[in-house]
Amino acid sequence: MTEPMGTADSKKGIADAVRKGLRRRYAKEMRFKFYGLAAIAFAMLTLVVLFTTIISSGIGAFVQSKVTLDVTFSAEDIDASDIGAGNFRSIAFDALRKEFPSAPSGRKSRPLTELLSSGAPFQLRQIALEDPGVVGTTRQVEMTFSDDADIFLKGKMTAIEDVPVTGIGSIIGTDGEVKILSTANDFSAVLADVKRSLGDLASAQEREVRRAERRLGAMESELSALQTRLQSASGDAAAALQERVEALQNDIAAVTHERDQAQIKAVDLRNRAGSPGGPEPTDSSMPSYLVAINNGLIKITSVDNAQIIGETIVALESDGDVQGADWRLLKLVVPEDSRRLTDKQIGWLWTLEQRGKTDLVFNTTLFSAGDSREPELAGIWGAAVGSFWTLLVTLSLSFPIGVMAAVYLEEFAPKNRWTDIIEVNINNLAAVPSIVFGLLGLALFLNVFGLPRSAPLVGGLVLTLMTLPTIIIASRAALKSVPPSIREAALGMGASRLQAMTHHVLPLALPGMLTGTIIGMAQALGETAPLLMIGMVAFIVDVPGGPTDPATVLPVQIFLWADAPERAFVERTSAAIMVLLAFLITMNLTAVLLRKKFETRW
Amino acid sequence: MAVTDTETQAPPAPAEKPAKMRGRGVCVFYGDKQALFDVDIDVVDKQVTALIGPSGCGKSTFLRCLNRMNDVIDGCSVTGSILLDTGDIYDKSVDVVQLRARVGMVFQKPNPFPKSIYENVAYGPRIHGLAKDKADLDGIVESSLRRASIWEEVKDRLDQPGTGLSGGQQQRLCIARAIAVEPEVILMDEPCSALDPIATAKIEELIHELRENFTIAIVTHSMQQAARVSQKTAFFHLGNLIEYGETEELFTNPKDEKTQGYITGRFG
Repeated sequence: MTEPMGTADSKKGIADAVRKGLRRRYAKEMRFKFYGLAAIAFAMLTLVVLFTTIISSGIGAFVQSKVTLDVTFSAEDIDASDIGAGNFRSIAFDALRKEFPSAPSGRKSRPLTELLSSGAPFQLRQIALEDPGVVGTTRQVEMTFSDDADIFLKGKMTAIEDVPVTGIGSIIGTDGEVKILSTANDFSAVLADVKRSLGDLASAQEREVRRAERRLGAMESELSALQTRLQSASGDAAAALQERVEALQNDIAAVTHERDQAQIKAVDLRNRAGSPGGPEPTDSSMPSYLVAINNGLIKITSVDNAQIIGETIVALESDGDVQGADWRLLKLVVPEDSRRLTDKQIGWLWTLEQRGKTDLVFNTTLFSAGDSREPELAGIWGAAVGSFWTLLVTLSLSFPIGVMAAVYLEEFAPKNRWTDIIEVNINNLAAVPSIVFGLLGLALFLNVFGLPRSAPLVGGLVLTLMTLPTIIIASRAALKSVPPSIREAALGMGASRLQAMTHHVLPLALPGMLTGTIIGMAQALGETAPLLMIGMVAFIVDVPGGPTDPATVLPVQIFLWADAPERAFVERTSAAIMVLLAFLITMNLTAVLLRKKFETRW
Repeated sequence: MAVTDTETQAPPAPAEKPAKMRGRGVCVFYGDKQALFDVDIDVVDKQVTALIGPSGCGKSTFLRCLNRMNDVIDGCSVTGSILLDTGDIYDKSVDVVQLRARVGMVFQKPNPFPKSIYENVAYGPRIHGLAKDKADLDGIVESSLRRASIWEEVKDRLDQPGTGLSGGQQQRLCIARAIAVEPEVILMDEPCSALDPIATAKIEELIHELRENFTIAIVTHSMQQAARVSQKTAFFHLGNLIEYGETEELFTNPKDEKTQGYITGRFG
């Protein structure tokens, strides 16, 4: 320590070096903090996107379209002595047909009657069974729409745009074929669409012509080649060649004829597409147009700038002239070819909506019914009850076994190589892919023990195997965290090892064990793969009454609905996902709260 | 506050009272490492025996042998014999649970159960079946708390958690808990080291009162405390029992020079 202290200059040099280094260090720290923040922001963003997607696509499933109609429970269709066997289909359909007297009747009314849910007659049957006095009376009943009608009424099938009209509409005819003339060129938009569609068709035809010409070109060169060979051939070869030449000439004639036809069509279409006026017929590959006038609805079948000819969907009340403000031109943006409901069906639904008979009500069916092929009748209740039974079996098996195993391993097991091996294996079990447990369940529980397939009992057994390692590991950690002074005090009092464990250590370790159990249960609630193997993927309609009835669970229900073709199942899948997420968030929140509550015990 | 006033009149002759616990040739091994070497000691009935010595000398280890708490430690083995009255406590036929009901223990850091005060004291009598009914149990709890000089302070809050008391009160609660099962011997492992002087004084007073009914062995690293509360003192050093005798004599006229060195503060 006898070295001279640094001179003032060298001290200043050190200070400078430190200052320079400091800037770099602070910059590094800022960068690190930024990366951390960016990571969190990314995670949050992903979460927000996930929730927004699921909620926006699923929120529609929580409401269901219904129609309120006057239903006559006519005594002709119901026999008072056997109400259950009454012809409620007829009653339901009649109520709907009454709204549209101009619609076809009998078997031809299917497009109208299939707008009602197939469960609507059963709704009426239920009402009649509960209140037999309703027979012979007319009541207002709220019935469910079919899934396609529901999709339309929620605006997911097609947008309906109002095309502005200014002229006065003169009507000729009130039912069947109707003509409307306007004093302004109100239908020019429609005509423009038709022209566009014609233009597309013309282009397709022109492509056909070019294809035909290419073929002709190829065939003609082949012909000239053959003819050249014919000149230098003789005998049998010449005869064969001659046959081929003649066949080819016939083909060429045919293709030329095709080409000419196509050419004519193409020219015609192109002319029509190009000409400014009409009239032109509409077709189903372009947006549909409806005219709402005098409480009637007309589908346009032929259009010109200032007049249309159409077919009534709902008959008009009267003909005559209507001011521009009193009639509407509606555009169904999605063409008829691309949707599941025809223009007529949409027209009827729209009219019912205008009449105020439709309503969007809270979809209680989703929460009270089991699965169904019809989306409007399908619910998650069956899957929810199945999940409940499965979790109950899992909890009642895995919690005691897990806790007792942890207590034994922690307190009573001798510390030798065998217990080390057991510990390693328990930790490994936690890493096994869940589907392997399903295979085990299939092989052991179903094949060897012969337990009922698709039952929550077997599902619970399989999930117990899966959650046991989680619970054992969490319980052991909880037991280890109890201060040894408590145990020593108990032993010093003369308690046996088991008494010290159960009276003192276990109650203190219980919060940690419960947290581990709840997390294990939350994992089990979301498991799908192992349950698929033991058959819980079947289409189960009834709500299971006990752990041995066939059942399915929520995640599997989501999986099944995601595969279903009906459009309405898309929103129901997301709704079911929301319900499942709500359960999982609640369970994990409970685990967190429990932990916080018991953390500062001692 | 002279605790040993009755002893100053007694002649420094072998104790008139018999030995309650007797250790002969006690050796303790932690794995391969030997911690106690051939300890011969008597714990005299209805007297306080103090075990003193520097840190790591084996006094706590020996104390824990007396109620077989060393069994809980893995790899710990005890040889030699320790007699309680006439029976060797390490005999195979001895039930450890029963032994610990006869030989109670109070630990260095107060460790009441995280239960109510009532439950703390009632636990021992309950598991050993000492109470016939609830009224009986209430009586036992009250008398234990009284004898531990804590009844007045807690009688109105028996259902509150024992961990809510102050350090000194907790230790007295632990003593009450220990005496609730009416042990014959009470072992105390540095009971006052975590307490302030006022609480310490209270505990020492308590020990003096308990001496009439219980045999007490106390480990302490405070020589003044040993001088105040005990009748017999044993000095340990590096696993060996250096000297054992009457407290008065050991402190005023030690036979071994190591003892001399310790009590004059030359090491420790």
